[in-house]
Amino acid sequence: MQSNAALEYDYSVAKLFTYTTILFGFLGMLIGTLIAAQLAFPELNYLLGEYGTFSRLRPLHTNIVIFGFTLSGVFATFYYSAQRVLKVSMAESKFIMFIGKFHFWLYFVGALLGVISLLLGYTQSKEYAQFEWPIDIVIVLVWVLWGVAMFALIGIRREKALYISIWYYIACFLGIAMLYLFNNMSVPTYFASGGLGNILHSVSMYSGTNDALVQWWYGHNAVAFGFTVPIVAMIYYFLPKESGQAIYSYKLSLLSFWGLMFVYLWAGSHHLLWSTVPDWMQTMGSVFSVVLILPSWGSAINMLLTMKGEWNQLTENPLIKFMVLASTFYMLSTLEGPIQAIKSVNAIAHFTDWIPGHVHDGVLGWVVFMIMAALFHMAPRMFKREIYSKKLLEAQFWLQTTAVVLYFTSMWIAGITQGMMWRAVDEYGNLMYSFIDTVTVLHPYYAIRALSGVMYLTGFLMFAYNMYKTMTSSRELTEEPQFRSPMA
Amino acid sequence: MFHWLEKNPFFFSVGVFVVIAFAGLIEILPNFAEASRPVVGLKPYSVLELAGKNIYMKDQCIACHSQLIRPFKAETDRYGQYSLSGEYAYDRPFLWGSKRTGPDLHRIGNYRTTDWHENHMWEPTSVVPGSIMPAYKHMFTNIADIETAYAEAVTVKNVFATPYGDEIKGTRAAWEAHKPAVLAEAAKIAADMKNKDVKDAVAAGNIPEVVALIAYLNRLK
Repeated sequence: MQSNAALEYDYSVAKLFTYTTILFGFLGMLIGTLIAAQLAFPELNYLLGEYGTFSRLRPLHTNIVIFGFTLSGVFATFYYSAQRVLKVSMAESKFIMFIGKFHFWLYFVGALLGVISLLLGYTQSKEYAQFEWPIDIVIVLVWVLWGVAMFALIGIRREKALYISIWYYIACFLGIAMLYLFNNMSVPTYFASGGLGNILHSVSMYSGTNDALVQWWYGHNAVAFGFTVPIVAMIYYFLPKESGQAIYSYKLSLLSFWGLMFVYLWAGSHHLLWSTVPDWMQTMGSVFSVVLILPSWGSAINMLLTMKGEWNQLTENPLIKFMVLASTFYMLSTLEGPIQAIKSVNAIAHFTDWIPGHVHDGVLGWVVFMIMAALFHMAPRMFKREIYSKKLLEAQFWLQTTAVVLYFTSMWIAGITQGMMWRAVDEYGNLMYSFIDTVTVLHPYYAIRALSGVMYLTGFLMFAYNMYKTMTSSRELTEEPQFRSPMA
Repeated sequence: MFHWLEKNPFFFSVGVFVVIAFAGLIEILPNFAEASRPVVGLKPYSVLELAGKNIYMKDQCIACHSQLIRPFKAETDRYGQYSLSGEYAYDRPFLWGSKRTGPDLHRIGNYRTTDWHENHMWEPTSVVPGSIMPAYKHMFTNIADIETAYAEAVTVKNVFATPYGDEIKGTRAAWEAHKPAVLAEAAKIAADMKNKDVKDAVAAGNIPEVVALIAYLNRLK
């Protein structure tokens, strides 16, 4: 390629992953809304026979949102932004193009097989690691392909220094690879028993307390390296790009990155407080969870300060609004988590609805908002058309923000209510409530949560419609917008 | 140093990996041998109980039920003795759960009976008015996969030295020889049940999922 020609980036793989982000996002949130409604109105359990109960659908919800929606979003933004910060085009290498496309199709087939297998009840029963061994192998291959594409792009880069987003994408790749491999170690029973029984069934390599420890080392850090690290990668790229502002502080990004890498992994055992894992591990989990506030808030504050002097953009550009709200929810969520990890608080919070409440203010407020903002920023550049409707974008923002607030406030109240009722004793020291009393009392909160689900899902449909119109029928752009995304 | 790292992707990646792998090494490894030791007298799950555990996993009871009693008076009053590490030595995977939409089940076998479970799985509100748990009527007709459960017993015996008797061996002949014992265990449970289809199925040599599940739940003590 001639050095003086402007680089033409190739977005074919980024586009494919954009489509699956929307598809899996809709599917995951639809199931999420249904199972939220089932807790308030149990009759809804019988819509799909044995495949429609809360228990069968819950892993589908979590896995589709994590491995379908979020990973698609991570891959889409990676294939978009990596080319730009490394100053190379995918089209420059046939090999990288092939790997990228193979990566997508293998991922898509694997994801569909995963959905079907969970629906049929094939599961290892470890949270977010439910897939049985054949699907695990597909996932590992998908991951390796991503790594090949990533390091091949890095290998032919023109910009020698890696931008902050690339640090985080590399960390995401390495972290998930390590965690996923170790947590999914299992022995297929068919092969170990001389060919008896179902070929898909396997048993965990670890038992009991050890299994719990490995699982929550994985579970907590799958959140870290799937829901935090790559999302931070996105905001470090898309916020400066959309706002035209330089990152506030390089030193702060350095501190937050290496701090996050070191501290995050220790905190996994806060999922096992008051359990049978050794006390010192529980204490380590608690302590490191609190320390974790520093690097988390480091990134978030760095983002907010990036907007210094340019806060007027918040009122003018809905995409800035999405991103600023995302980093604010990141701060809320990374403060709430450490609070729940304090042993005395955890005694009340654990096993209650406060935990899904915490997960969802992080995921709905931070992860989904950031991914949607990133895709909205990418759309005019990938499809060479302006964003279809600013009004729709504004309406979506407020609808979904209200939904998140309803979600976490109702779950805070539900969780603390239930936690307190479980331990309440009368004047003679006897338990005051039978278990079912602590369930029926939650009905109004479950109903509010279901409503918030419907609202959030509606907002997501508005996003999908806006994206669809942007891809197909809004005004064409003659040249690429530099910063602020044009919208009608 | 950081500027240098940012220009050298290989060393950067090695650096990241060392920093993230560190915690796992220090936190997880030291107690591995200690934590997997069974409490005295713990017996491995029978083949029928393993089949029941697999139903528990298939229908994801874990989505709403824990199996971990924490050392608080409120919990020991409600569920019994707090859980000990050694009680889980044969649990692959661990099924502690992370959410109690329904109550803890770690010692459910101490205070619920076969007929209670039968009524409850058929129609939860018949025994717990106000319950939001779905009915699992399909468990009364679906047949449990006991061959896979047997394969699991063989696997954990061969690979992890779980103390099963000599009759658990990885051959089809050994499985055929062991099958009557599984059926006899299922027949004992079916005798305490009233559902005629379930009784007929067990008599005909097929074990409905609910029978295996109840065997597993009765074992949780």
